[in-house]
Amino acid sequence: MRTVFAALGVIGLLALVAAPARSDDYVLTIKDHRFTPAELKVPANQRVAVTVINEDATAEEFDSGALKVEKVVAGKSKGVVRIGPLKPGRYPFIGEYHEATAKGVVIAE
Amino acid sequence: MLGALIIVFREVIEAGLIVGIVMAATRGVAGRGRWITIGIGGGVLGASVVAMFAGVISDAFQGAGQELFNAGVLSIAVVMLMWHNVWMARHGREIADEMRRVGTAVSEGARPLTALAVVVGLAVLREGSEVVLFLYGIMASGTSGSALLVGGVLGIAAGAAFTALTYLGLLAIPNRYIFSVTTWLIALLAAGMAAQAVQFLNNAGVVVALDRTLWDTSWLLSEKSIFGRLLHTLVGYIDQPTEMQLMVYIATLFATFLLMRIARPSPRRHAPAAAE
Repeated sequence: MRTVFAALGVIGLLALVAAPARSDDYVLTIKDHRFTPAELKVPANQRVAVTVINEDATAEEFDSGALKVEKVVAGKSKGVVRIGPLKPGRYPFIGEYHEATAKGVVIAE
Repeated sequence: MLGALIIVFREVIEAGLIVGIVMAATRGVAGRGRWITIGIGGGVLGASVVAMFAGVISDAFQGAGQELFNAGVLSIAVVMLMWHNVWMARHGREIADEMRRVGTAVSEGARPLTALAVVVGLAVLREGSEVVLFLYGIMASGTSGSALLVGGVLGIAAGAAFTALTYLGLLAIPNRYIFSVTTWLIALLAAGMAAQAVQFLNNAGVVVALDRTLWDTSWLLSEKSIFGRLLHTLVGYIDQPTEMQLMVYIATLFATFLLMRIARPSPRRHAPAAAE
């Protein structure tokens, strides 16, 4: 878990260096059919782009009625999910192909 | 295995409903079996191609490729469904008269079967590509795959059975009503698809206006439940619709019936849908 966070931190830093001060650098990583982070905080009342990185070999469908998104992310690839503007609150999402483990929540605040 | 069965079944029934309705709408029309088969075959082929290029499609247009693709596919289907209804408004009466006279439909196959074949093909393509990706993932994961694969195949079979059930259910409707029933089903199908398409455009960042959620009835009937999904496909049920989605839904219904009214040959004839 710590390595994942470290990796995310590095990615975040790289992103900062590569594309400074972009407001939409939100990343969800799928590994072993789980989302990391399981809780993603985003600002309320604005459109946000979340990059979903699928590190598994199998495809996953990012699916959320609350966020109004259905997006297939092929194995070993990534996809961009555009959400919002959201009112402050909790917005659950799942990976439809592995619903038992792949779940998380977007927290708008 | 059961999990795989359910996931595949959920995807297949959405396309299955559409196929069932199209089959009912074209019952007795010469050559429709061939067109529907072409539609399904083309859809499966297309689904495999789409699944194969899922990554490429997804990355296109700054990562909005998949959304634009879905919106495009849905829009074409909406146009085809509308065209069918308008065509039927123009010629349906002759066909109905003919059916009454001979007791059975013997129409010449002059109906826009191509339009409906395209609708079937696109429905199968959209849901099918997700099934293909899912099953491919199972196969790629190796050892534990075979039971899941059996589940997936059973899911497809169950979905096909559901399609047959839809068709047979609609067949039970008396000849007299079948035209108005299928006309309404197709109009609602089109409106629901249009509302879906506009949300994909929103996700792609193309249409971002009027994106506030109007209401939330997910506590009552979740769009993700099986029954919610059926209603979603059938009449476009959305548990948390945006203003734009509602507007597009109503506009599509309105446009369909308006065009049908314009196309209707005799203005003296009572228009059953015009009052809506």
